[in-house]
Order: sequence, then structure tokens, then C-alpha cells
Amino acid sequence: MPKDHGIGAAQTRREDVRFLTGQGNYTDDINLKGQAYVHFLRSDVAHGKIAKLDTSAAAAMPGVVRIFTSADFEGVGGLPCGWQVTDKHGEPMQEPAHPIIASGKVRHVGEIVAAVVAESLPQARDAAEAIELDIEELPPVVDMKAALEAGSAKVHDDLTSNLCYDWGFVEENKGAVEEAFGKAAHVTTLELVNNRLIANPMEPRVAVGDYTRHSDESTLYTTSQNPHVIRLLMGAFVLGIPEHKLRVVAPDVGGGFGTKIFHYAEEAFCTFAAKACNRAVKWTSTRSEAFMSDAHGRDHVTTIQLALDENNNFTALRTDTLANMGAYLSTFAPSVPTWLHGTLMAGNYKTPLIYVNVKAVFTNTVPVDAYRGAGRPEATYQLERVIDKAARELGVDPIALRRQNFVTEFPYATPVAVEYDTGDYHGTMDALERMADFAGFEARRKESEAKGKLRGLGVNCYIEACGIAPSNLVGQLGARAGLYESATVRVNATGGLVVMTGSHSHGQGHETTFPQVIAEMIGIDESMVEIVHGDTSKVPMGMGTYGSRSLAVGGSAMVRAAEKIINKTKKIAAHLMEASEADIELKDGAFSVAGTDKSVAWGDVCLAAYVPHNYPLEDIEPGLEETAFYDPSNFTYPSGAYACEVEVDPETGKVTIERFAAADDFGNVVNPMIVEGQVHGGIAQGVGQALLEGCVYDENGQLLSASYMDYAMPRADDLPFYSVDHSSATPCTHNPLGVKGCGEAGAIGSPPSVVNAVVDALQSAGKNVTHIDMPLTPARVWAAMQ
Amino acid sequence: MYNFDFEKPSTVADAVAALGQEDAQALGGGQTLIPTLKQRLASPSKLVSLKGIPEMVGICRGDDGALCIGGATPHVQVAAEAGDYPALAALASHIGDPAVRNRGTIGGSLANNDPAACYPAAALASGATIKTNSREIAADDYFQGMFTTALEEGEIITEVRFPVPEKANYQKFVQPASRFALTGVFVAKYADGVRVAVTGASEEGVFRWTEAEAALSSNFSADAVPSAPSADGMIGDIHGTPEYRAHLIAVLTKRAVAAAA
Repeated sequence: MPKDHGIGAAQTRREDVRFLTGQGNYTDDINLKGQAYVHFLRSDVAHGKIAKLDTSAAAAMPGVVRIFTSADFEGVGGLPCGWQVTDKHGEPMQEPAHPIIASGKVRHVGEIVAAVVAESLPQARDAAEAIELDIEELPPVVDMKAALEAGSAKVHDDLTSNLCYDWGFVEENKGAVEEAFGKAAHVTTLELVNNRLIANPMEPRVAVGDYTRHSDESTLYTTSQNPHVIRLLMGAFVLGIPEHKLRVVAPDVGGGFGTKIFHYAEEAFCTFAAKACNRAVKWTSTRSEAFMSDAHGRDHVTTIQLALDENNNFTALRTDTLANMGAYLSTFAPSVPTWLHGTLMAGNYKTPLIYVNVKAVFTNTVPVDAYRGAGRPEATYQLERVIDKAARELGVDPIALRRQNFVTEFPYATPVAVEYDTGDYHGTMDALERMADFAGFEARRKESEAKGKLRGLGVNCYIEACGIAPSNLVGQLGARAGLYESATVRVNATGGLVVMTGSHSHGQGHETTFPQVIAEMIGIDESMVEIVHGDTSKVPMGMGTYGSRSLAVGGSAMVRAAEKIINKTKKIAAHLMEASEADIELKDGAFSVAGTDKSVAWGDVCLAAYVPHNYPLEDIEPGLEETAFYDPSNFTYPSGAYACEVEVDPETGKVTIERFAAADDFGNVVNPMIVEGQVHGGIAQGVGQALLEGCVYDENGQLLSASYMDYAMPRADDLPFYSVDHSSATPCTHNPLGVKGCGEAGAIGSPPSVVNAVVDALQSAGKNVTHIDMPLTPARVWAAMQ
Repeated sequence: MYNFDFEKPSTVADAVAALGQEDAQALGGGQTLIPTLKQRLASPSKLVSLKGIPEMVGICRGDDGALCIGGATPHVQVAAEAGDYPALAALASHIGDPAVRNRGTIGGSLANNDPAACYPAAALASGATIKTNSREIAADDYFQGMFTTALEEGEIITEVRFPVPEKANYQKFVQPASRFALTGVFVAKYADGVRVAVTGASEEGVFRWTEAEAALSSNFSADAVPSAPSADGMIGDIHGTPEYRAHLIAVLTKRAVAAAA
């Protein structure tokens, strides 16, 4: 019988009651007494020199409180980059200044040129229109290849070129990889684009800055996945506010997908302006602003080559990638095409030699940073596409080719610097084959043919490194932050618990799953556990939620803190029952003495801690509150196998997804329903990337896909019913819960199977199509068939 | 959005009078105008809503058998009540989403004449008559290019009269993001011939594909549809090339004929 409590129970999400009844408290719901509103005047030019910026007429407009330009930010730090990549020559990346408000030059459409604070938003907009702005246009840098050519215009005049870094990984292996390619029986080459995406969380970004003059305290309410990271970056590097005078609150957040990790100019502005104006200042992004100011994702151009021997064993892999950074380095941008991408190029396979080259490029476009999966989708896509192409070139079954090359022994040290602790790639592929009914595919293909449609089947595997990450490791790799997680467990006098976690929930369901873990550990009902997150004044310093890390890292911190609580309560229980601590057992919310019928309830022990009349005061302190910081010893390595069946309309090129199956290994699962929901959402975004979503700039650096009229988000009727399975599980060996993380898997694992399926469909009709770049719009598929 | 005055007259005469004021702008369902105002891309001094005029709402059959639809009739009502002209009702039921269909009006759509809108194809293929407060305009004379019509300043579409065809069908191939017609083809077969109108494809807005009309008038079958028209003058954008749109015209025309027959 399925469990209805504790770890493994498919409990409905307790937070959904408020989300679904309109009772959520989002940042835009926060309105402070006397708040003013800011409207940002943004550049409509991709690259240009600010020749004139006169705010005098605008400042005299009704309701204007103050107008800010770059001159107001002299002496204020720029937005910091949180990761320094070292290039293949051992030199640090080129790191340009990243001003809050453009100074001298504008470098992308959407960059802030001036900010108008006014009594009302319409007044701020009216005044912004009265600002006299003259931008002398400079040649825009848009195409990455052109950006690296000698003589290209430069995005940053003070840098030597538009090259941020030229990263080789592992540089020492390069010669051996070349040699292996020289000996290969077969080499498959594929050039592809990993299309630029815009995350589009349902809730746009919002920032409300507040200031209390008598105590000199600043507060920022913001749509963030990691309020402590914002407090550290903004306080220490931008505005010079010590932590004890700066509070950052990220209340209910309506989706992040990575794009709300980063520290943005608007956050620093509202905090700064609140102090300067001595009143709260609020900004709510319009959807139009979101398109041109939220960090974008992906945008890689790659050539990948796979070498095989005469027995079709993978012998070497090499890749050349251009990665778009946009105009500035967003908070974690440099890490995405390097350490979150190159380290995953082994995939599920025992390829012994791998060399990855990544050139990161500045362009006059919105900054690019992590988006659901961040580097790992790019790695998975190119690897699983080139394997599929190799199978077709060699005339072998693509599943058999994968199985033949699977890693089967764990732990497994890859040639790209990571060690997989556990996995069972044949197991997940077996689960996929059971679910996807490959045997019935030919019959389904015939049915499609009878309707005039081409049917294709695509399969791929994936592996990801998540549960990010060991601090000492990422420090060596260039991270300027630690990546532990924190939790405080406070037990109240009558036995209820409050968990203050450094993880942040913006849709993940922590308020449901974290209590399930505590309930399992103590043997009490989940309703006795409350979760607090998202406020630096309430929770210990934590690093927040991204990289599928909440349960693996934040959950582990909570387990460690709860273990401290349990150890202490056992001491108290031993004292109350006059027994040896070693004989105390905690089960179903009660302490008992082994071998006796003595028992004391959880609540009575907790009460004794706060009313310590009969209490071992000489041994332990009263009260029950413990904090733990957990720093993992390794990444976790979820993996899986996905299958997609498509129908292609040969007359129009339209692709419809008919079947989709996902077999994942997430290790242990706390709430299978939430896990399935994460997989569903991830696949929706992966299918969005594969078929629909394309961020397009024209040659002038104008964003053509700047609204939902031209940027296609996946909708319910674009997606099939999914078959999902996570029963083939190998628990993580190095965290106390044995969990691996599931948040990004769907987005990482799904794009290659969709594209593989479309190529299969077209080739089944005799079309000589080996690749189509995403998104596979009807127009592109039709053009490929001509 | 800039500030504006708002008026909601209850008769066509009052609406015409209100629109006679300087910088006044008619407001139908607002599905294009309101987003435009929000972007501050228009600044009318006065909006005159046409949604409060009972005589402009509803569907009936005229003495000549034509299906008469009031200019302020929302798409949802056409979808539900234009059963005498099933292809037209089906077209209306696939415009936008439920919110759009409850607000948007047939008169608003035809007055705006978006090059990717659906109704212009139906009106042109049906040889509809656009009735305004001052005159009647044949569809062939009404559509004059992208976002351009024969309407004079302040002129209001009060009714659209659709001759009901023997057979008809509309095939809309959606642009993936907006779900407007990337290309849409409306085929209507009348006793005196077949009319084929194409939306979404041409830089000149909705147009009649006369070559297909001639072929289908003598043989109303999918096989009779000519090969794709020239891509010259077709729209090219991030969703499709001119060649793709030209190709779709032929594909969709065949499908419309097959579905109608």
C-alpha cells in the first residue's frame, strides 16, 4: 500500500491552497506606506554612445521625485560576476565593468539609461518621455563568429577583444584526443546551434526597496531564488551595506528557472534609491521589459566530433563551442558553458578521451546566464545528437550503440574531472523500453502513414551533475561563493517544529516535502512542521535554490539539524525515564526504553526542554533549537533515458508529439507526485526549446522575438500525455537522504529525443536530412525537406 | 497608457457624433487597441466604445438570405449562433482564446484589417457587404492593404452581410507564438463560382487567389488546385519565408476544398 505519510508519500502540496485561491504573497503584492515608483528609460539601440542625456525638463514634470543617471552611481560598485573562469593559457577571463545605469555607452537593447522615480507610475513614464536622450549608434556586435574576427567592433572598448575566455578542458588531454581521432575507424561530425531562450517565469521580476533612516537599515523585497546571495553581492560589492543593515526578502516567487538567481541592476537601484529618496521605491517589470532585461539562456554554436573504433566503441570526443555571454557577465554566466557543460560531456558513456573547447563571446545582446539545466542541456543535446547521427551513419540501432558504450561500474571517474557515485544506465533504459513500447512502433508508423503523416522515434540518455555543490571543489573551479546549504530546526515547547531553510521555494513544493522528511525522522504528522524560507532576517545564511539542489543539499542540512535535535531529545528522554541514553528509541513520535514498556511522548520531552524542572541542566542546555550547515562531498548524478514519438506533416512541416516516455533515476524520492510534476514541467520546457522557443536578434541587435506575439511558449495542447517512471533508482551514496534532485532533468533530457525523432521521421520517408536546428518550427522542417 | 476620455453611446447616431470630435477613436472589443494603448503607441483624446449599441449586436438572416452580423457582435456569439454558415462559425471559434473571443468583435477585426486576421479572409471569400453608418461597401472594394480599408475617418461598421455559400471551409495554419494565421485560406463555393481568399501571407494583406478560383469554379476538387503561387510579395519573417507561405497557400487551399467537398 502506498505510504500516505513521510518519505515516499504522494502528498498534495500544502502551498497550493494559497496559490490556487489567490492568497499568495508575491513581491508585487507588497506595497509600503509612501512608496514611490520607478520607470526605467531603456536603450532602444544595441550599441551606441550616449551623446546627450538631459533630464532637466523631465525633472520638472508633475510627481517626479528624482531622476537618476549614471552620474548618481559614481563611487557605487558595478554588478559583480560570481564566477571567474581561467582560460587555457592560465589567464583569467576578461571581465568588463557592469554598471547599474549605462555610463557613456549602451551595449544592448533594454539597458537602463536613466531611472525616473515619481509619485505614480504613469507620472514616471510621462517624465521618462520628456528626457532628452541622443544615442550615436555604433556598429552592433551580434553574430558570435563575426565578433571574434579581427577588426570587429568591440562591445567593451577597454577589453582587448570580444573574447571573454578561450577555455580548454582538459587541456592536457588535447594531444591524446587528437591522436585517438587519427586512429578512429569512424568519425561523426555534427554542427549545431543550441538556441537562445528566454525563461519567461509566470511572475515577472519585481523589486521594492525600503529604508529606515533612524536605524540606517535597508530592506529589499525581490523576486529571487536566493535572497542571501543577493544580500551578499549587493551589500558587499555594489552598495557597501553591511549584512546587519541589509535585509533581503524573497516572498512567494512565481517561477524562476534560473533567471531569478542573478543579481540585477533593478534590485540594486531600488535599494539605493530608497535610501537616496528616503522612501520606498518599487519596480514591477512589464512583460516587455522582461524580454529585454531578464538574463537569457543557452545560445551555443557547437561543432562536435565523435570517434569510434571498428567495434563501434566510443574512443574519443571533441567539441568546439562558441558561447554567447551577451553584453555583460551576468552573475554566474562564465560557469555555464564551462564547468556546468564541459564536465558533463562524458554523458552516460565510457568514452576515455574528451576535449572541450569553449570560446565565450561578448555581443550587444542581453546577458546570457543559467536557465533550467544550465550547461547540462547543451552538453546532453550535442552528445545525444552526435551519437544518433553516428548510429545512422553506421547503420546500427541507436539504443544498442548507447548500451554498448554505457558506464556500468561505479564509482566512475570520467575524463572530464567528475566522479559519478552511482547509476544504472541499463536499468533506466530497460524501464524506458517497458514504458515506450518500442515493439509497437512499426505498427504505429503504419497508422501514421495511412493518415499521410511521417512517424519518427527518437531516444536519448542524459546525465546531469546537480545538488550543486562541494564548496572546496567549486572554489577551485572559480566560484566566488560557497555552495553549502543551511537549516535551523526550532522545536516549540509543545512539540511543533519550524524549519528555517536556506533553500528557497519558487514552485518546488518545499513546504510540503521538507515536512515529510521531518515527519519520517520523528514519527509525527507533517502538520506539526512549518517551513520558513526566503527572508535573510529569519533564516541562517543559505545559498538558495538552483541546480536541482534543494533537497540534496538543503534537505541534507535540515536532516543534520534534525539529527542534532533528536540526539538532544534522546538525552532528555533518558533523564526523564531514568534510563541509559543508549537504550532510548524514537519511534512514532514517542521515546521508549529498549526492552521495557517505559515510554514518553515527543511533546512531553519537548516541554521538558522549555520547562526544565526535571532536566539534566548540568549536561545540556534547555531549549530545542539546532542549526546545521551541510556541504556535500560531491555533486549528485541523476540520469535517465527518454523516448519521443512524433508525427510530421510532410506538406507543412508541422511536428506533433504523439508519445513521450521518461525513465529517470533520481535516487530516493520523497514525494513522487511532486517529482512527476517536475518532470512534466521540465519536459514542457524541453519541448518548448525543441519545437517552439527561439530568441532572435536581427543584424542590428534588435530583439525580434520581443513579445508573446513572436516568442512561442509551449502550451498545453502542444504537449502529449507523458509516461514517466523513476523506479529504476540508485540512491546517492554521499548525502543522508540518498536523493539526487529532479528539477532540471526534464529540460535536460527531452530536446535531443524530440530532434532525433523528427530526423528519424524524415529519413523514414527517404529525406536526406541529418540535422535541423532548434526550434523545429514548421517552416524549418519544411525547408529541410525541400 | 495615456489618459483619455471615455464615452459609451447607445445608438449609432450618438457614436458617429462622438467620433466626430478631434482625435476620437472607436473602440470595439479592444483586442488590438488596448495593447497598443498600453504600449503608449497611440494617444487618442477620446475612446468611443461601440459595445453599448444594441442595434449593432446580433445575428439574423436578411431578406436576400444573407447572414447579417452586427458590427459589435463578439466572436463567441458568431461561433455559437452562425450555424447557418458553419465555416464562418468554425472560423470564429478558433480566433484567439476564450477571453479574446468574448471581447473581440467582427467589426473591430475588419476595421483593423490585420494582415494575419481570420475574418478578412471570410469576408473577402464570401463577397460580403460591409455596411457602415453611411453606406455599403463590397468586400472587394473594402480591403486596401495591410491595416488599410475603405473606411473613412469616424465611419463605423454597423453590420456585415455574408451571402451563405453552398460549401465553404477555412483552413488556418497558425503562427506558433501568436496563433494568428501564419497563412489562412477561406474557400467558398457559390452557384456562380468559387472564391478563395488568403490571409497571413501577403504584404498587401488579405487577397483573392484568382487563379485557384478559376480552376475550382470549373472543377471543385482538391486536385484542381493550381501549384503554389509566386512567393513575390509574400511576407518573410522569423516564422516563415515567402516561399513557405506561398507553399502553404496551395496546401491549405487543397485542404479547404477537400474539407468543404
